Amino acid sequence: MTAPAIELKGISKAFGPVQANKDISLSVQKGAIHGIVGENGAGKSTLMSILYGFYKADAGEIWINGQQTPIPDSQAAIRAGIGMVHQHFKLVENFTVVENVILGAEDGALIRPSVAKARKLLIELEKEYGLEVNPDAVVEDLSVGHQQRVEILKQLYRQADILILDEPTGVLTPSEADQLFRILGRLKDEGKTIILITHKLREIMDVTDTVSVMRRGEMTATVKTAETSPAGLAELMVGRKVLLEVEKKAATPGEVVLDVKDLRVVDSTGVERLKSISFQIRAGEILGIAGVAGNGQSELLEVLGGMIPATSGSVTLHGQPIDITGRESDGQSRRRRGIGHVPEDRQVEGLIMPYEAWENVAFGYHHDPKYQAGILMNNSAIKADCAEKMERYDVRPPNPRLPARNFSGGNQQKIVVAREMDRHPDLLLVGQPTRGVDIGAIEFIHKQIIALRDAGKAVLLVSVELDEILGLSDRIAVMFDGVISGERLPEDTNEGDLGLLMAGVTERQGAA
Amino acid sequence: MDKMPKWADVILIPLISVLLALLASGAVVAFIGESPVEAMRIMIDGAFGSAYGWGYTLFYTTNFIFTGLAVAVAFHARMFNIGGEGQAALGGLGVAIMALYIPWPHWSLALIGCTIAAALFGAAWAAIPAYLQAKRGSHIVITTIMFNFIASALLVYLLVNVFRVEGSMAPETARFAEGTHLPSASTFAGFLGFRPSTPLNVSFFVALAACVAVWLLIWRTRLGYEIRAFGHSETAAVYAGISPVKITMIAMLISGALAGMMAINSVQGEAERLVIDYVQGAGFVGIAVALMGRSHPVGVLLAALLFGALYQGGAELEFEMPAISREMIVVIQALVILFTGALDNMVRMPMEKLFLSLRPRSE
Repeated sequence: MTAPAIELKGISKAFGPVQANKDISLSVQKGAIHGIVGENGAGKSTLMSILYGFYKADAGEIWINGQQTPIPDSQAAIRAGIGMVHQHFKLVENFTVVENVILGAEDGALIRPSVAKARKLLIELEKEYGLEVNPDAVVEDLSVGHQQRVEILKQLYRQADILILDEPTGVLTPSEADQLFRILGRLKDEGKTIILITHKLREIMDVTDTVSVMRRGEMTATVKTAETSPAGLAELMVGRKVLLEVEKKAATPGEVVLDVKDLRVVDSTGVERLKSISFQIRAGEILGIAGVAGNGQSELLEVLGGMIPATSGSVTLHGQPIDITGRESDGQSRRRRGIGHVPEDRQVEGLIMPYEAWENVAFGYHHDPKYQAGILMNNSAIKADCAEKMERYDVRPPNPRLPARNFSGGNQQKIVVAREMDRHPDLLLVGQPTRGVDIGAIEFIHKQIIALRDAGKAVLLVSVELDEILGLSDRIAVMFDGVISGERLPEDTNEGDLGLLMAGVTERQGAA
Repeated sequence: MDKMPKWADVILIPLISVLLALLASGAVVAFIGESPVEAMRIMIDGAFGSAYGWGYTLFYTTNFIFTGLAVAVAFHARMFNIGGEGQAALGGLGVAIMALYIPWPHWSLALIGCTIAAALFGAAWAAIPAYLQAKRGSHIVITTIMFNFIASALLVYLLVNVFRVEGSMAPETARFAEGTHLPSASTFAGFLGFRPSTPLNVSFFVALAACVAVWLLIWRTRLGYEIRAFGHSETAAVYAGISPVKITMIAMLISGALAGMMAINSVQGEAERLVIDYVQGAGFVGIAVALMGRSHPVGVLLAALLFGALYQGGAELEFEMPAISREMIVVIQALVILFTGALDNMVRMPMEKLFLSLRPRSE
């Protein structure tokens, strides 16, 4: 048996009091696809950063191809044949593919010879692995999926034998993800070793040979993928049994709550983000908006939440018009009208990270008379309210005096959810409710959304996670390039069908 | 987890910074052949060794509290108001107009009237850059510093052409009438040894009240909550329905008003007339005071006291040690600003590491 491509022995790393990695040992055979799963903060990223030389481990050894290889910096990692494809691409948008690939690996002061050499090599690499990327295309003109392939090419050009991919499918449509997995399969066949970090259990099941589960800085299990199941992995990740499927009763839609007609948004650069969108949501109904990020879903939430003005169109709530263009179009007015908003990015929008939990519980509702005491704010009333909400929404630790940034992602989201849902809004806007949230909290948040629907409220759910859309929605609309490219009922559709709509294949083209 | 306990952030780090600054200053003093220990003794004795010294130290402190609070309030809305100099100058104009043209029956009424005028004029001078920032995105640092120059030119023009006393060579207003004269420390604290010549006056208490008012505003009112939220994240503020335009305007108006209020101390309280360039850099010292005081009123108060002592002690040092010139004093003050303001991270990062390593490992 040959030496494993990667062998980690007893890796430990602490950040102050936080033990991010605890005595981790891992062995990956050459030519295997190895998955690493774990909740946020389980230590996956830290471990990979140690392997790639961003962090230095406090203890432990790294062995590459049977040789002990210290990796003090990323140059050493590259020399050892390790390449990393980051979740957020590190590409120069206005450079061509070749220029991006040679960036940092130029042969000399003059660019031309390197470019010529690289182009030749790239064409060979593309053929070899079926990457289908034009070396002279400018990166900003490429789709996200192709940009990711440029990242992979960059690593191959640097002769990486071990590829680490960090959450590679977060930005891809389902079909782009399938193509990525085919490429990974080719790479594997050519003898490359691949480490895939993801939180999507289905991907693990589909493409990996072996999988390791991390929990609270420890490697809790390493198993052959064929010998496990999504439920089994989830249990290993969380440490208890979890419900992956959302349980819900059939919807009983009532009267129309939200009526959106011909909504248009042109942003400050003149780009039309929403192109005449129309839809309705009824009481007791969840409308799910699917789509690849950046196709107008954010703008839709922001207009309805009063964060940006619409260019034209009309919106009514319970038949009463809502000002979407003028002076009354702001978050305060929306909240007074009974619209709650769980924003897409809790860290930038939904919470003030240095504010303590109690201050965040009042955020957006700080005009509420019950939070006032004369001209001052009634801080003790807010703290009491916060403590009570933390109790009911299971926020851990239940300490109102802790700044928001010190809570885990899931508990931060629970604070937002508690604030926005506890007032029983007639309409709840929810953006990416479970992004970066651990499985246990996902289950909780999904239950809350269903409960609100069952209480007869309208919910607009925007998510890039198709599982979530399919599991929660009573109706599904797909957005592509600022329009609704199709509507489906969850029982009449599947990921493939939605994936086509997400890629902009409209019904007519699909039929032709 | 926060990296350090709060007391370390608020007290320990500024203290270490000041000590480093004093060490560096000592090296400079030694370099020109004087004894650093002796220089230190003269400075401390000059600032705190007598009622005379205290009178000047607290007088300067009063100025720096106003300008420091001004910068601090703007900081909370993440704006860098470096126009305190100009806003204070305009505050002086407000005080002069109020004091010269209204026959005040009693100093207390005059103090109220002049405080309002100083605040209004200072706020008005901050309003234009604030509006340009809020509506046009013109950077507040650029506009406020330009407004310092405009204020300076405006005051020269007014003092030379409008307010100058007929036949006088000095570009200053006439002396204010008796009814506006504020009680000096010799009146209300004569038992502590303050002489009638001391510049310290009742506006010191206005400054202390301003500290309390700013604390209440920032940490206890809805407006302060909105200002801080906006300062931390504009996107989140918009999400919560807090208007960036409104907060930018209000925070800058309050900031300008506080800077303007410095005039009741220097113009009404001490000079009893408006003289040219009366601010003398206090607007800029306010930046250092706010930085060192972590934009907290208590911190501002302590930092203002430190800079007041540096000013007064520095003046004594210049007098007592002829080898140390006026420029040397400026160097020492600059070193304190450099270490407490600009080089904050130099002390902070090693301290954070130290505190992290001291903390017990949690499982």
